[in-house]
Amino acid sequence: MSLIVNNITKSFSDFAALNQVSFETHSGEFLALLGPSGSGKTTLLRLLAGLDQPDSGTVTFEGEDYLALNARERRIGMVFQSYALFRHMTVEQNIAFGLNVRPAKERPSKAEIKAKVQSLLKLIQLEDLGKRFPSQLSGGQRQRVALARALAISPRILLLDEPFGALDALVRKDLRRWLRRIHDETGVTTIFVTHDQEEALDLADRVVVLKDGQIEQIGKPLELYRKPASSFVFDFLGTNNQVTATVSGAEAAFDGFTVPAIITGDLTGEQLVRFRPFDAHVSKDGPGFKGKVLSILPAGANLRLEVQAEDGTVFETQHAHDSDASDLALNDTVYVKPIKVYVFGT
Amino acid sequence: MKVKAPEAPKSPAALGLMAFALFWIALIIVLPLINVLFEAFRTGVAPYLSAILEPDAVSAIKLTLLVAAIAVPLNAIFGIAAAWCITRFEFKGKGLLLSILDLPFTLSPVISGLVWILLFGAHGWFGSWLDANNIRIVFALPGLVIATVLVTLPFVARELIPLMLDQGTDEEIAAVTLGARGWDVFFRITLPNIKWALTYGVLLCTARAMGEFGAVSIVSGHIRGLTNTLPLHIEVLYNEYNTVAAFATASILAGLAVVTLILKTLLEWRFADELSAHRRH
Repeated sequence: MSLIVNNITKSFSDFAALNQVSFETHSGEFLALLGPSGSGKTTLLRLLAGLDQPDSGTVTFEGEDYLALNARERRIGMVFQSYALFRHMTVEQNIAFGLNVRPAKERPSKAEIKAKVQSLLKLIQLEDLGKRFPSQLSGGQRQRVALARALAISPRILLLDEPFGALDALVRKDLRRWLRRIHDETGVTTIFVTHDQEEALDLADRVVVLKDGQIEQIGKPLELYRKPASSFVFDFLGTNNQVTATVSGAEAAFDGFTVPAIITGDLTGEQLVRFRPFDAHVSKDGPGFKGKVLSILPAGANLRLEVQAEDGTVFETQHAHDSDASDLALNDTVYVKPIKVYVFGT
Repeated sequence: MKVKAPEAPKSPAALGLMAFALFWIALIIVLPLINVLFEAFRTGVAPYLSAILEPDAVSAIKLTLLVAAIAVPLNAIFGIAAAWCITRFEFKGKGLLLSILDLPFTLSPVISGLVWILLFGAHGWFGSWLDANNIRIVFALPGLVIATVLVTLPFVARELIPLMLDQGTDEEIAAVTLGARGWDVFFRITLPNIKWALTYGVLLCTARAMGEFGAVSIVSGHIRGLTNTLPLHIEVLYNEYNTVAAFATASILAGLAVVTLILKTLLEWRFADELSAHRRH
């Protein structure tokens, strides 16, 4: 256990930003804090960084009371969405800043600082740009410099606040892989705040899902997918279709067919059930929800269909390009049958 | 929407407007300034030099520079502190503080002088106490300084606030998490980021401080060679029908204004980006 957050509560006037939040990180872990805006994830990050104090609760790092330390003493490397690079300093000066401001006794020698800066420039693959100013770099390069600057102080924890939020999709994906590689090389415990579920699931060892200042679920990406704790987690992780069914045992019964149901809680009878677009099968002859093909979208590696049922409900389904669905045309009559459905009490 | 670049005027109306604008500037600004120089040198270089080297003139120049040298740093420090407070913290009464900050702009300088007489003058609230303790404020250097400080109070803060709002606090927070202490954050991050706006504000503040007439006139007492600043000295000379000396001294003040203008233009031209936040307000 490296970082232990226990029962943290924080309110702003009447609004409870965080309510009884507890979690732990393993040493060297890559943890994502995932939630929509207003879920309290940035508030949590600021508390961890020492930029704010909680109303109650404790935070310890390797047994040390972190709340008793100020932001300067915590030695936390922080990376911001806005990069927050020092605009009047070169890339090298930015990276060296954390070492240069140390008290004389603890400050490494000039040669040591220079060597450290060079090794970090190499790590972020910007060896030739050390003399440039932030304004002369691209967004992706700036964020790499910001990471190097945070790593320069040999942080005990690395906190990243929506670090790729201001970048375009392609750069974002590239930096994501790169960040994970850097993490695996340096082994620094990393906490990453994001509202992008794909990013969280793609990068993190474990994901903490936050909603309205409370933790909905903590788990590995696959666990979140396979065993979502609530409808909120299920909805937040991706698009889904919702229909009503009669639930009993581990099955959901529809008009003329039944499918396996994964039920959270003790639920029977008429219930709202959910299924993912890729957990659906389409065929020209039932069983299934009868409908017409409304649109066919070749979305990257997959084929996406929209099928409108007779009662007006639109189902979204996803298939491989060379499946039966490839032969469908607009306005064809098809049957949509879920492979499995999820049922939640809340 | 595409913004069209301005082009040279072609229509008669545009040409007419432009001609009028140029004529007006020439009439209202350039002509009087040239006249100052013309009057100053009308009887030759020797009277000009003797007018500005005469002891009372020299003491007025020294006093003006001294007052500015005390008032401007005070307002620079106050301006940085006020801008820091307003842009870095949320507190009750922030809106009120911002409004009060503009008061010296809207207040007549005569009032800005009169308030000090009412407070520190012989019949003022603290007058007898000051007198008993032999402390002179009005009709002396301290009075000139506080009147000037009041009049020029907003210049620095008004330059810094929009810029610091624009830049946000992320860089300072980043510096703190990297281990920087308060002074390190200020001198290594905040100050370098605001230095050109600060220079600009100080420049405007200096120009106003040296040229201030109304407030200073009230608290000065017009003691020749002692409490007369340049603008007051010019007035005294003028009232004595000593036209050449009045204009010669005025040319120094006008010269200071022109130097300020050149420095200001250079700053605007060289550091347009860093000052652009200022243009937006």
